[in-house]
This record gives sequence, structure tokens and C-alpha cells, in this order.
Amino acid sequence: MSALAGPSELHRQERPGRAGGPFKEGGSRQFRTGQFDWVSFLGTGATGLATLLILAILAVILGNVLIHGLPYVSWRFISTGTAGDMFDVNKAGILPMIVGTSSRVILMTIFVLPVGVLTAIYLTEYARTTSPLTRVIRGAINNLAGVPSIVFGLFGAGFFVRFIGRELDGAFYRSAATVWGQPALLWASATLAVMTLPVVIVATEESLRAIPQGLREASLALGASKLETILKIVLPQAVPGIMTGAILAISRAAGEVAPILFTGAAYYMADLPRSLHDQFMDLGYHVFILSTQSPNVDKTRPILYATVLVLLLLTFALNIVAIVVRARVRKRMRMLQ
Amino acid sequence: MGLRRGHRAKPLEWMAEKFIFLVSLSAILMIFLIFIFIGREALPVVFGKMNTALLQKVIPVSQMDKMTELQLCDYLGLTTEQFKSMDHETLKMLMELKVETTKTSSENKDASINTAQWRYLLGPYQWSGYSRPEYIWQPVSEVPKYNIVPLIVGSLKITLVALLFSVPMALGAAIYVSQLARPRVREIGKPLIELLAGIPSVVLGFFALIVMASALQSIFGSQSRLNALCAGLALGFSVIPVVFSIAEDALTSVPRSYVQAALALGASQWKAAWQVVLPAALPGVFAAVALGFGRAIGETMIVLMASGNASLLSWSMFDSTRTITATIAAELGEVVFGSAHYRILFLIGVLVFLVTFLTNLAADLVMHRLKGSIEGKK
Amino acid sequence: MTTVMPEVPIPKPQVPSATPGPVAGPALLETKDLSLFYGTNRALRNISVQLGQKLVTAFIGPSGCGKSTFLRCFNRMNDLIDNVRTEGSVRIGGQDIYAPEVDVIELRKRVGMVFQKSNPFPKSIYENVAYGLRLQGMRGGSELDARVEASLRQAALWEEVKERLQTSGLGLSGGQQQRLCIARAIAIRPEIILMDEPASALDPIATAKIEDLILELKKDYTIIIVTHNMQQAARISDFTAFFYLGELIEFGPTSRIFTSPTKKQTEDYVTGRFG
Repeated sequence: MSALAGPSELHRQERPGRAGGPFKEGGSRQFRTGQFDWVSFLGTGATGLATLLILAILAVILGNVLIHGLPYVSWRFISTGTAGDMFDVNKAGILPMIVGTSSRVILMTIFVLPVGVLTAIYLTEYARTTSPLTRVIRGAINNLAGVPSIVFGLFGAGFFVRFIGRELDGAFYRSAATVWGQPALLWASATLAVMTLPVVIVATEESLRAIPQGLREASLALGASKLETILKIVLPQAVPGIMTGAILAISRAAGEVAPILFTGAAYYMADLPRSLHDQFMDLGYHVFILSTQSPNVDKTRPILYATVLVLLLLTFALNIVAIVVRARVRKRMRMLQ
Repeated sequence: MGLRRGHRAKPLEWMAEKFIFLVSLSAILMIFLIFIFIGREALPVVFGKMNTALLQKVIPVSQMDKMTELQLCDYLGLTTEQFKSMDHETLKMLMELKVETTKTSSENKDASINTAQWRYLLGPYQWSGYSRPEYIWQPVSEVPKYNIVPLIVGSLKITLVALLFSVPMALGAAIYVSQLARPRVREIGKPLIELLAGIPSVVLGFFALIVMASALQSIFGSQSRLNALCAGLALGFSVIPVVFSIAEDALTSVPRSYVQAALALGASQWKAAWQVVLPAALPGVFAAVALGFGRAIGETMIVLMASGNASLLSWSMFDSTRTITATIAAELGEVVFGSAHYRILFLIGVLVFLVTFLTNLAADLVMHRLKGSIEGKK
Repeated sequence: MTTVMPEVPIPKPQVPSATPGPVAGPALLETKDLSLFYGTNRALRNISVQLGQKLVTAFIGPSGCGKSTFLRCFNRMNDLIDNVRTEGSVRIGGQDIYAPEVDVIELRKRVGMVFQKSNPFPKSIYENVAYGLRLQGMRGGSELDARVEASLRQAALWEEVKERLQTSGLGLSGGQQQRLCIARAIAIRPEIILMDEPASALDPIATAKIEDLILELKKDYTIIIVTHNMQQAARISDFTAFFYLGELIEFGPTSRIFTSPTKKQTEDYVTGRFG
């Protein structure tokens, strides 16, 4: 560079078409920023840090539970009930809790799937998007999704146990017996079904919308009615998506305690629930009891951790299955396009 | 549905479609039922019909025949069904029992106060034994006190702690994952963060109680091991995935063309995200925070296990706190059906339901407006 | 109810036939002053035309001129869209197909459709073709097998798929899928087949196969084809209708439309001056 090189010289070098080319001389130095972009650096750093922190929190919680709980999860622990002292690590078993939790989520699924799927079918296939009724239905679904779990507990107690249970007792049993008018497996499951309804509806809707419209048109053009099209073409395609919804609902419901506090969970039951009007033990509720009401915290710690680990494994396994199924469905849908 | 169909449906088909329509109304039905059945338990308190005063006006048995059915029911605390199933002798016996058991005098200065009135539910009062007016929630006591202000403050306090902690983190992570990170990082990071949502709240409560409480106490040296800070942080953990998911979705739905336009003008990824994408996604972000608020205020297990449950009115983070939701969960199992305590618990249940209902409605409207404006632009 | 034209026996659309068989008698399509509105937006303006049977009629015109919309009037697929309103009449075999007593499902059994983007069901090849027949109550068995084979033969697909009828229809190539859709449509023996740009997504070889197929099908079916490919229209159609901005500009024998059109717009379009 000559001694005369200054801004004007550089300027000339940037014009295209010059001998040697503007991009060749000076190299990448030409496009370097003069100052370091602090703002972007800090911004990116801070948000990246936030992401890491969240993942760290996840790791700490999971790691803590894994480390302290794994040693105590044995086959005996999972497969037997507790004979005797529930707080004794050598004697405790959580089979009744596993059975209780499983029963209530299975029953819940039986209740929620038909209602959720039919609602989703109406919303996707029949409802007119501009109609105010449709908006109200959607609003109700969104709201239901946001109702606090304890409110569901109150609702379950006030509606299912007190109202419907009482009516059933009055109708079927002469003497003022309380068979259905008390906390029971049936009511806890029904309450959870109301709670997870939005989950099923949203998942089913998503899977219905993913089905290309062309399939429906083809079916209709062959002289099928709308209902036939839904039953023969649309629904079979939507099954994996519906399953995803069911699994998500189950995973969500398995961990909830507040809704079952007054609708069926029991601190201790001598037997496994034998009928729908029995109370039941529950994994999450057990965690709650052990955490807050154990006479000797140190002694109970191992059982507590082991129970939490089992509960977490259950909900995570379900979650992961749902995610995998959903990914597979999405891939299959893309193939149809 | 009928006219535009263009064909006479077979009756089975027509019935099936009507059935589908009816079932789809179930969500609306549920919301209604929740309102109705929780509300109806709380109504007597709302209308001031409950009387918890220790000292009650005693009606002599001789006056019994002059009273209407309704008055007798109210006085004796019977429902109409119970009333109808009783004969005159039983009623007379109940009246006499009432005369015997009702106190007509007491040493307690507050004995004649009906504590279930709105004035005592919301306003401070100087109870006997206290040096100045206080807001007190103490249902289990000779004179039951039902002031709900400490509970409201408790809920708000813990929610505030949770939001202050979780919203910046969740939004930061949402911006990073959606706009700044490499696609590979996004693919792994997003589901991982959403995995946090899969942790049941009872597990978070457990974690707070067993692990965090002691740790926080050794760091901050607070007097109560279980306090608003401990519960608020754990609550934050459960709010993070909610805010993150919705905010991240909102940020990602901003058309890529905006970002590319900004980048082409020489903006860095960060500047494009902060100055272009975030403002465009603001309604969705607002909805995310609103839903996070709703989630935090309605959460039960975490606060039940980790907040200490002392129903004192205090704004300090380090004090043991009681929330509305924890109160319901802790006390409903032990109340007498139909009593004032029972009804007031339902009342605060209605309160928390209303708050989340309105929050959700607001978020819903905002999201609807957001979708409308994006579609309008298209 | 039914207008009877003396020289033509008219099949009544709303009588469901239990065993679908070849329908005796011609099908005559006619529209009079047909207009179609999407809300307040007028998509078709006063279209009046008469289309003959066992012929191939092509609808041509630039994009957005309404030819597909008009095509879909004949099997009332436009009913599926919200806010659609029609004025004027559409008659098939003399019967107004928009009359309130008309069963649109029966209509669609007699007026078949092949779509622009092939849309085979995610079922086996056999089941795809059998779908329409099963809808009408035909059970599995030798009769169903025979009909499926006949349709696949007529669609010039049989030789290629006879060994793998149980495999998924989605496993076929684009051109094969479209022929599968044609086989599916003709399996229920409609009188009329509507084709909405059936070859536009296919490569030239597959396109040629479809065109040959159409010329064969003409012997048994009345075909209306929408196409943006003028050479295709010239090759395979007997009559051509030219549309522009929702109006029918000109209609007549294909040879005349392409060699000596009477309207200037038609001439501009076929000579490539626009569109």
C-alpha cells in the first residue's frame, strides 16, 4: 500500500470490477466490524445461560432422585404390599400404590377417550370455523386446560361424590347406605377424565388435521357420506395420534395428587381395591404422605426416594412413548402429502 | 348441517351426527358444572347466611310452632330433605337439645361475632387477646376466624417469587432455542426442557421439602426452613416449561422472512431476535406469561409441601406462608360437611377458579387476536 | 320432478341401485345461466353450455378462470366449501342436480372425479379400487375380485400391479397412482368422469399413458377434463370450452377452436399470446 493509502484508497478497492477484485485485496479484514458487538454477545450469552440453567435444574432433580432412589428400588419393593410398618425400608412395598395409580388411569382413559375423540371429530370435520358456538367450545376447552387441579378436586368432591354418588345411593340402596356417596375409584377416575379432556381433544384434533384433505375429497367423490368418510378413511389414519393423546393424558394424570385427595385416595388400605366404589392407594399420594407425615424422616428417606423414582420412571416412560409415537405419525403423514 | 347436506341421511347416520355434536358440547358442560357445583357450596357464605357466632340467639321450644319450615331449617341447621324425614317429636327434641347446648354467655369477648360475614372475611379486626387489628385465618379455634386476606397475600407472594424466577429464564431460553441456537441444539433442547413439564408437582414439592429447604436455609439463614422462597422456587420449576413452550411456539411462528430481512440488512442473530422477532411475537409471549401466572396461582402440591403453611400475613419471602390452594387441600379433609368452614373453603376455591378462568380468557383472546392478525397479513 | 326428454330415457338420480351395473342410456350435461358465488365474490358468470355423451370435452383457460370450479359443479363438490352459492341450473340427463330432492351421494356415484393431485387411500391397491363398491354394499368374493380386475385393466394398470394387489397404493409411482385413482373412480361405473388436470403433476411418459387411457375410456364414459395444457386438449378432446375470468368465452369442436376460433380472446389464448 502506498503512503497515500487512506480512506479513499480503501473505498476504491471496494468497488467491484477493479483489477484484482474488491474481495481479494484486504481479504476478510474488509468486513470486520470495528467494535466488538457487546450487546449481541451478552444477549446470546445470557439466553444461552438461561437454557443451560434450566437443563441443569432438570439434571439436578433427576440426578438427585436417581442417586438416592435407585439403590432401594428392588423387585420386592415393586411387587409386594406393605405388611406392617409402612415407614420401614425393609418391609415397605408399593404394589398397592402401583395398582391404585394404574387402575385409576386406565378407568380414566375409558371415560375420556370417547368423549375427547368425538369432540375433536366434531370440531375438525363438522363445525364451521366461523360459528360463534365453535369459538365457545374452543374457549371452554382452553379454560378446562387451565383449571387448577385443586379445583378439580373440589369439583370431584362436590359433584361426583356428593351429588351423583348420593343420587346413586338413593336410587339403588334403600337404607341410607353410603356406597357410592363417598370417595371412590370411580369418582377419582371420572374427575381425572374431566381434567385430561383437553389433552385428548387437542392431540386428536392435531392428528385429524394432519390428514390431507384430498383423501376426504376422494372418498366423497366416490359417493361416500361424510360419516362413512370419517369412519372408513379419516379415523383409521388418526388412530396413532389418538393413542398419543391417550398416553399424554395418562402420563399427566398418573402424577396428579390434588384431584384425588378428596375423591378416592387413601392413606392406607388393607386390600387392593376390589370394586369401583373402593378407595385406593396411590404413588403420588404416598410420596406426599411420606414427605409430610412420616415420624422419622431419615428412616423414611430411602422409601420416599424409591417411590419418587418409580413414579418418575412411570411418567417419563409414558411421555417418551408418546413423543416417539407422535414423531412417527408426523413422518407418516408427510409421506402421504 | 341439514339443509346444506344435500341428501336425506339414513336415520342411523343422522342420529350418529347429532350424538357427535352433543358430545362435543361436553367441554362447555363441564365448565358450567364446575362453576355450579363449587359455587353452590359457597353460596350461603356469599349471601351471609352462615352464622358461626358462639353465642346464638336461642328460640324457646314453645315458639316452635310459630316458625316456618324455612326458619326451623336455618335455626336447626337442617336441609329440607332431613327436615321432611323428621316427625314433630324429633324436631321438638332437637329444639330442646339446641337450648341446652347453645351457650348464652361466654368469657370470650368475641363470642357473639358471626365470623362468617364478609366484613370479617376481608377486613382486619382486633380480636380479643390481640393488641391491634389483624387479618387472621384460624378456623380451628374457639372463635373461628376466617379472614382470607393472608391466604390471598400468600398465594400472590409465592406466585410472584415463582414468576420473577421463572419468566426471565423461560423467555431467555425460548429466545435462545427458537432464534439463536443451531437447529441440532433446538432439536435436543426443546424436548428436554419440555420434559420438565413431565415432572409431577408432588415430586417437585418433595424435592423442595427434602433437598432445597435445607440448602436454602444454610445459604440464607432464614428462620423458617419452609418458606415462600423455597416453595416459590420449586413452583418456578413447574412454571418454566409452560412459559417456555408457548413463548417458543410464538417466537417460532414469526415468519422466517422477517428474520432474513433483518439479517440481510446486517443485523446479528441476537439483534434480529430482540428487535424484530420478539416484538412480533409479543402477544404470544404475553399469553405465555399469563398462562404461567394461572398455573402458578393454581398449583397445590408444591405449596402444600414446601411453603410452611403458617397462615400469617407477611410479605417477607422468608416467612412460612399459606396459600389458598394449600389451605383447601389441607383442611377440606377435616371439615364438617355443610359447616361454615367447609363453605368458606369452597368460596376460596371459587376465587381461585375465577382468577384462572379470567386469566385464561384474557390469554385466549390475545392469542386469537394474534392468530387473526397473522392470517390477516397473509 | 323429472323432466322427460322424449328421445332419451332418463335415469332418476335419487334411486339407489343395489348392484351397480352399467347404466343404459346416455347422459347429457347442460347448464343454463350458471353463476357461482364465494360469499359476495362471483366466480362463475352465467355459463350456459351443453355437453355431449361418450365424448371428451376439455375446459381450457388461464389460471384462475374458473374452469375447475365449473367442473366441480357437476358433482357438487363445491358444496363442501363454506359460503358457496349457485344460481342458474345444472342438469344431468335433464334432471336439475341442485334440486332439493336430489341425493348428492347418489349423484356422486354417477359422476366420478379424478383429482389433480393423486390421492389414493392409504390402503392396499385392491382395497382402493374396491372402496366405492364396498360402499354400495358389495361384499368380498369373486364378483368383487372380477370388478377390481376389470377396473384395473380398463385403467391400463392391471399388468403392472396384478402380482401385488395387497401392497399399499402409496407404494406406486406418481403416474401409477393416478391410474389407480382412475381405476377407483371407474370401478363404480359412473356415467360421467370429471378430471381436474389429472396429468399436471406427472412426467411426459406418464402423461402420455394417461392421455391414451382417456381416449380408450371415451368408448364407455363421458369425460370432461380440465387442463392448462393446450396441446393435451388438442390431442385428446372432441369438444373444447374456453373460459376466461369466470365466463365461458367460446365452445365448440376442438379442431375449430384451435384452428379457427371465432372470438379474439380465444385466438389470443390458443396462440399463446397470454395465459
